[in-house]
Amino acid sequence: MVVCENIFQRLTKYKRMLSKLARGVAIASVFTLLTGCNLVVMDPSGDIASQQADLIVVSTILMLIIILPVMALTVFFAWKYRQSNKDAEYDPEWHHSTKLEIVIWSAPLAIIIALGAITWVSTHTLDPYRPLDRIDAERPLEKDHKPMVVEVVSLDWKWLFIYPEQGIATINELAAPIDTPIQFKITSSGIMNSFYIPALAGMIYSMAGMETKLHAVINEEGVYDGFSANYSGEGFSHMRFKFHGLSDAGFDDWVAKVREDSRGLGRSEYLELEKPSIAEPVHYFGNVDPELYQAILNMCVDQSKMCMNEMMDIDRKGGGGIAGIYNVMSLTYDTPRERGSQPLPSTKSYVATLCTTPSGGLSQEISSIPLFDNGVEDDRFSPVPAGVSTGF
Amino acid sequence: MFSNPDLLHFIFGRLSLDSFPMFHEPILAVTFAGVVLGGIVVLGALTYFKLWGYLWREWITSIDHKKIGIMYIILALVMLLRGFADAIMMRAQQAIAFGDVAGYLPPDHYDQIFTAHGVIMIFFVAMPLVTGLMNFVVPLQIGARDVAFPFLNNFSFWMTTAGAITVMISLFVGEFAKTGWLAYPPLSDIVYSPGVGVDYYIWALQIAGVGTLLSGVNLIVTIVKMRAPGMSMMKMPVFTWTSLCTNILIVAAFPVLTAVLVLLSLDRYLDMNFFTNDLGGNAMMYVNLIWIWGHPEVYILILPAFGVFSEVVSTFCRKRLFGYSSMVYATIVITILSYLVWLHHFFTMGSGASVNAFFGITTMIISIPTGAKIFNWLFTMYKGRISFDVPMLWTMGFMLTFVIGGMTGVMLAVPPADFVLHNSLFLIAHFHNVIIGGVVFGMFAGIVYWFPKAFGYKLDPFWGKMSFWFWLVGFYFAFMPLYVLGLMGVTRRMNHFDDGSLQIWFIIAAFGAVLIAIGIASFLMSLVVSFIKREELRDETGDPWDGRTLEWSTSSPPPAYNFAFTPVVHDLDAWADMKKRGYVRPTSGFLDIHMPKNTGAGAILAGMSLVLGFALIWHIWWLAAVSFIALIGTAIAHTFNYNRDYHIPASEVVATEDERTALLAKQQA
Repeated sequence: MVVCENIFQRLTKYKRMLSKLARGVAIASVFTLLTGCNLVVMDPSGDIASQQADLIVVSTILMLIIILPVMALTVFFAWKYRQSNKDAEYDPEWHHSTKLEIVIWSAPLAIIIALGAITWVSTHTLDPYRPLDRIDAERPLEKDHKPMVVEVVSLDWKWLFIYPEQGIATINELAAPIDTPIQFKITSSGIMNSFYIPALAGMIYSMAGMETKLHAVINEEGVYDGFSANYSGEGFSHMRFKFHGLSDAGFDDWVAKVREDSRGLGRSEYLELEKPSIAEPVHYFGNVDPELYQAILNMCVDQSKMCMNEMMDIDRKGGGGIAGIYNVMSLTYDTPRERGSQPLPSTKSYVATLCTTPSGGLSQEISSIPLFDNGVEDDRFSPVPAGVSTGF
Repeated sequence: MFSNPDLLHFIFGRLSLDSFPMFHEPILAVTFAGVVLGGIVVLGALTYFKLWGYLWREWITSIDHKKIGIMYIILALVMLLRGFADAIMMRAQQAIAFGDVAGYLPPDHYDQIFTAHGVIMIFFVAMPLVTGLMNFVVPLQIGARDVAFPFLNNFSFWMTTAGAITVMISLFVGEFAKTGWLAYPPLSDIVYSPGVGVDYYIWALQIAGVGTLLSGVNLIVTIVKMRAPGMSMMKMPVFTWTSLCTNILIVAAFPVLTAVLVLLSLDRYLDMNFFTNDLGGNAMMYVNLIWIWGHPEVYILILPAFGVFSEVVSTFCRKRLFGYSSMVYATIVITILSYLVWLHHFFTMGSGASVNAFFGITTMIISIPTGAKIFNWLFTMYKGRISFDVPMLWTMGFMLTFVIGGMTGVMLAVPPADFVLHNSLFLIAHFHNVIIGGVVFGMFAGIVYWFPKAFGYKLDPFWGKMSFWFWLVGFYFAFMPLYVLGLMGVTRRMNHFDDGSLQIWFIIAAFGAVLIAIGIASFLMSLVVSFIKREELRDETGDPWDGRTLEWSTSSPPPAYNFAFTPVVHDLDAWADMKKRGYVRPTSGFLDIHMPKNTGAGAILAGMSLVLGFALIWHIWWLAAVSFIALIGTAIAHTFNYNRDYHIPASEVVATEDERTALLAKQQA
């Protein structure tokens, strides 16, 4: 293990040196070619995205070790052994060389071993679910730091950002203080989208009824582009927002500005907001129902629907049995009709809510009695935390 | 009667006058007028020249693997024009839609176009090209007289065609899917896509999928069971090896596609909840399943192209292929590994770091055997005598272009790098780099290489070279800007941009697309010019390139029975070996040859499937029931047709072979 760690450390060190040098060269040469264009992916302003850009450079250089000689040899052999060059050696039976075979299999293998090691390490260190351990290369973070939380919801076709700590929400505008770790909790109202701010960090999908996470930090003040990077239908091209990297004071001002807006965002306002709209202008909500995000995540903003976490809780206790079948209601709101297209050929169903406590989950009296006659108390099956992506 | 909506609904399902978009979309109206006029001209000409009978007897009902192979390639070229028209429209839209300019395609239309482009190019261009080439070449290369199941072959082709026709109908009746080429739910669920578009998508792929799967079974059995005596597995030509691996991939992967589309249909038609947001459905399952098919699909396309390059390199370098066995093992390793990498298509869906890293590393490992292949081609050139005929030009273009695509592919395989490049135009540039630089170049090399075998004359080299250079240069102009745009954080499937500074790159890309259009036109031109100059370009030897494998030992075009006597194989590159050892062609002692008989059943069954698909798309339930019963009934009835074979009499064989003897003698003199 120690040896392994040593190798990884050395690799990382080597990688850093190499990437610094290479990035200099690459950026210099590419920039002379591409004057005036902004290669945001290669020259981002957030620490996570910078490390991701380094990886692009390192992997490119590692592969060029093989690819450049191959391209050069292809051209050279094509020229040297052209039919008209009768001086070149011609050996129609030469078709095997153990030495060459060893080289042509082991050279790519060596490159892939190096790249594989880098991949394993970097995939873990840059895992979007992993809390940050540094603000940038020079400034480490303590283990138990608390990141600023932003809850992100992709709607048709706009972005809703909820700041639970500040109690505010915005549509199509995001702001954060620089050098502050941010934790994004991401979900969707319906269609799959991808939350992506190239200057800040890599993308992650947003999916209904599930939560994905992204940890990132922005290191420079500025206004950056953010958008959905996963096609989601008609209004997709306009699903864009600006991300403002602000100073601490600037961020406080921004929060104050949002709070000035007297509009509040509760369940009924959300159900209105959820309806499809294209190129929605920026707007602010000075206060937000603190339960709203959990309700969106559990797909029960409409209070006649059962929340996903309640459903999972019931299932954990053995499920609703036959009685559960009758607890399904027809969906009355009809998104396609809002979209101006044909109505559904049949109505879709959903699970209706049971008596619940305001905080979600079953109330104490109900959960203590057997829910249905086949309810089993069995904790072998540990429940999945509500709404967490269970994919992998 | 017209006042009764229930009756109308019963008869026509969802179909109504509003379902015909050419009445309100000017672009479609013009296209429709063009198609109708063109159709009238073609049908009129067929009738005028009394060609219907000839077409039916010699082509539509033919179970000859050579004719079926040629028909597959014609289908692919026709669909290439449609898929490319979509590409040009997209490039034009993206080149102009900046700031206040909305462009000429509204999202509703644009979204259909990029979906259709992807579906058509993969399923109805690349697949028929690959299947067509394998169909034509494999039996000839292994010294067989036809494939193992000749009727199945004809049926497979017509099912693929029925799928293609289904997609084409969607252009004028209703709409196509607006979901992207893999139709991810929840967007493709009935709630978010209530129209007929996704149903067109599902049924086109299901119908064509039957054909693809059966043709995969057919070619596996052919290669395993029907090789000429002496041709052990390790003496098979490399193209046959890659075909075998491709068909194994088809048989293992396509049922997954079929199953996942069935589940999606159940969600859409029967209100089930496999992939929905509510009631326990999970869209992530769809994404996994579709890529478990989708990634092997990539190798299904590229492996036969690798096979073509192997044949072309050794033929045009006049030299044995370097490292035959490592080539074969590389192919097998790629076949196996292609099943272990699917998750790299969605690193960004929230998998854990270890899962992502595992799939990233397995993906990189594929580059090792692929790299070995490139080196093998390279060292085949070493100490060769290289003639730069058109197939060799395509191969050189491939070697220089594909490595770039391979490099960007490995970059995308590093999960943290993928997080910033995924779904961007960088990704689009990457996969066009490997599909155009690999599959398309390979298929063009193969078509030019085997064209004289199929038709008895070579393709005109001038137009062939024009086509190659325009494709090559056009490719770089069209896709290098997309790499740059990807690094600028521009994502795919956009129909409008705010940032005007991007425009120049899209204009360059559009220019590249125009160059590729000239490349395609030049290729069509080469077909026309070569047909006109066919006497000049005639090859009477059957072996115009001094070939190395068995298909070059027979006449061009080969007789219906391919080989009068089944050849006996002693070494790799059987024909080169035979020529070296002074092979003398037998000129007497011919026997009757047992051959399968033509049948119209394949075309008829496929026609019924097309009707069934159309009825299901439009919810015309009575028609669906009738056509389904007819389909099953006809299939059963056909099993009672025992009149399936005939003998080519020895006298006819003698006449054919004598003609060839005379031709060869004239050559010698």
